Amino acid sequence: MSAIASTIFSPELAARFDKLVTLYPLKRSALIPMLLYAQDEVGYVSDACVAEIAQRLDLLELDVRNVLSYYSMLRTVPAGKYNVQVCTNISCMLRGGFELLDHCKHKLGIGHKGVTPDGLFSLEEVECIGACCWAPAVQVNYDFHDDLTPAKMDVILESYRNGNGKPESVDKEAV
Amino acid sequence: MPKLVSHPDEVKVISRRFGTGAADIEKYIAQDGYKAVQMALENGPAWIIDTMKASGLRGRGGAGFPTGMKWSFVPKESAKPKYVLVNGDESEPGTCKDHVIFLHDPHAVIEGTMIAGLAIGAKMGFIYLRGEYRYLLNIVEKAVADAYAKGFLGKNIFGKEGVDFDIVTQTGAGAYEVGEESALMESLEGKRGVPRIKPPFPAVVGLYGGPTVINNAETIAAAPHILLMGGEAYAKLGSERNGGTRLFGISGHVERPGVYELPMGYSLRKAIYDVAGGIKDGKQLKAVVPGGSSCPVLKADEIDVGLDFDQMAKAGTMLGSGGIVVLDETVSIVEFALRTIRFYQHESCGWCIPCREGTDWLKKTLTRFHAGGGNKKDIDNIQYLAENMMGRTFCPLGDAAAMPTLGFIKKFRSEFEEYLEGKRVDHPLIQIQPIGEPDTIGAAH
Repeated sequence: MSAIASTIFSPELAARFDKLVTLYPLKRSALIPMLLYAQDEVGYVSDACVAEIAQRLDLLELDVRNVLSYYSMLRTVPAGKYNVQVCTNISCMLRGGFELLDHCKHKLGIGHKGVTPDGLFSLEEVECIGACCWAPAVQVNYDFHDDLTPAKMDVILESYRNGNGKPESVDKEAV
Repeated sequence: MPKLVSHPDEVKVISRRFGTGAADIEKYIAQDGYKAVQMALENGPAWIIDTMKASGLRGRGGAGFPTGMKWSFVPKESAKPKYVLVNGDESEPGTCKDHVIFLHDPHAVIEGTMIAGLAIGAKMGFIYLRGEYRYLLNIVEKAVADAYAKGFLGKNIFGKEGVDFDIVTQTGAGAYEVGEESALMESLEGKRGVPRIKPPFPAVVGLYGGPTVINNAETIAAAPHILLMGGEAYAKLGSERNGGTRLFGISGHVERPGVYELPMGYSLRKAIYDVAGGIKDGKQLKAVVPGGSSCPVLKADEIDVGLDFDQMAKAGTMLGSGGIVVLDETVSIVEFALRTIRFYQHESCGWCIPCREGTDWLKKTLTRFHAGGGNKKDIDNIQYLAENMMGRTFCPLGDAAAMPTLGFIKKFRSEFEEYLEGKRVDHPLIQIQPIGEPDTIGAAH
């Protein structure tokens, strides 16, 4: 039974939130994880998410929005089912990050923060994702893909398009 | 999955369990796991801090502050609870060392957190990972749960009556600034990640107002190894006043990029040419950013320097986070400078005006410059802006943006001047978005 009478989240996530607020000396500490986990489930941080999280943490909605607007992974509009995040920061730039971004733009027909009409993919140019030694790197949702080329990227996008998620090995298929 | 690399010159201390499946608690225990924390329990806080001081370990996040000293600053008596906070918000461009620690040896971070907790008398520790590291957070969360199941965490740890220690893992949600210690505390308290003014320092007033030790994940992961091998033995691995080894992430134009564990003081030239296999495709070296993107650049003839905090400072740059970014002869420094400053402009939290406005104007000026519209005054203006950001902000982000910019101007001024003569990058990577047009324009097509 959730702490909130009519939760908008799944029973599992509601239960997780019930526990999360008890872990910290101050329950407000749960705010950022809650926003991110809510986004993972709903697809973005909707007004309803903000309202329920504020209620769970005894905060004003304004407090929640104030934090929400700060963190670059949090969004208030839906992204594609697969959010393709291409790093173009220095280490990736030196090994073809921008070429990879251009390739994705043309392949998907969308630009930075764009969503394909079928809602399957969205594209983002992101700052360093901590995979500098395996550059250029891309994250699709939370999956890391390292040491990429445009050809490898095609295999990866195709795998997600077909609903197969992260391919086991890209190197063999894309020569 | 990040590729594991190896080189004969490596001295494997922190990385000795990498690739052995040590994320599994049984395999970790089989390799001396959780022995150091039991030694710490036996010998007490004074012994831990003395050993850490003797080890010469200096903070691996970038500032290089002596760890044992930091731990000793926490007051013994405190009305408010004390905390340990592990900084795994690794976001400095060029840096991915904590990534491999969390992936291959999460228990070392947990054990190190407990050791720090015992040293300062804390009963609770937080391990904060950046939001992008979700798969690593899952690994660390499982490791924490396994440690609880074994009775290593929770009440009466290792069966010791009255000794409790809890660890909570936390995810960020995308913010470079949160890697700064006071902004990290704000974020963990559920707020925007803006820095606090110091003093008071975290050792006195930190998380939830209690005394707090904040260490980088690599620093924390080194602690168990230091207690096991002894402070002096660890110190001997490194150079003068720079104890031990550290993980260096070598990226960019090298043949074998990767995370290598090298002794402190190891030659930068050898790190690039031997360990990482030299410049990719037989090209010439142009420049090196030696410790993450905030460090002033070194030219190709300045790399005969040892990789430790003091030698790098003497060379006019910093060891920083140990992320060595190698640039070959084909790189346009103006373009590289623009990409660097674009990052800092994006990540400036906006709290301090010199940083918020300074990074924005640097980006605007460099963007115009890069596009071929630079004028004579711009170069001096860039320098003037950067100089006036230095030391005028709550946290070091303003400095982190200004220092590399000053370095590029100082060492590659002629390249900036060439732009004035109508030359510009033949195939610019960074595109300017025409207003009102869809953002699908690419250089390669």
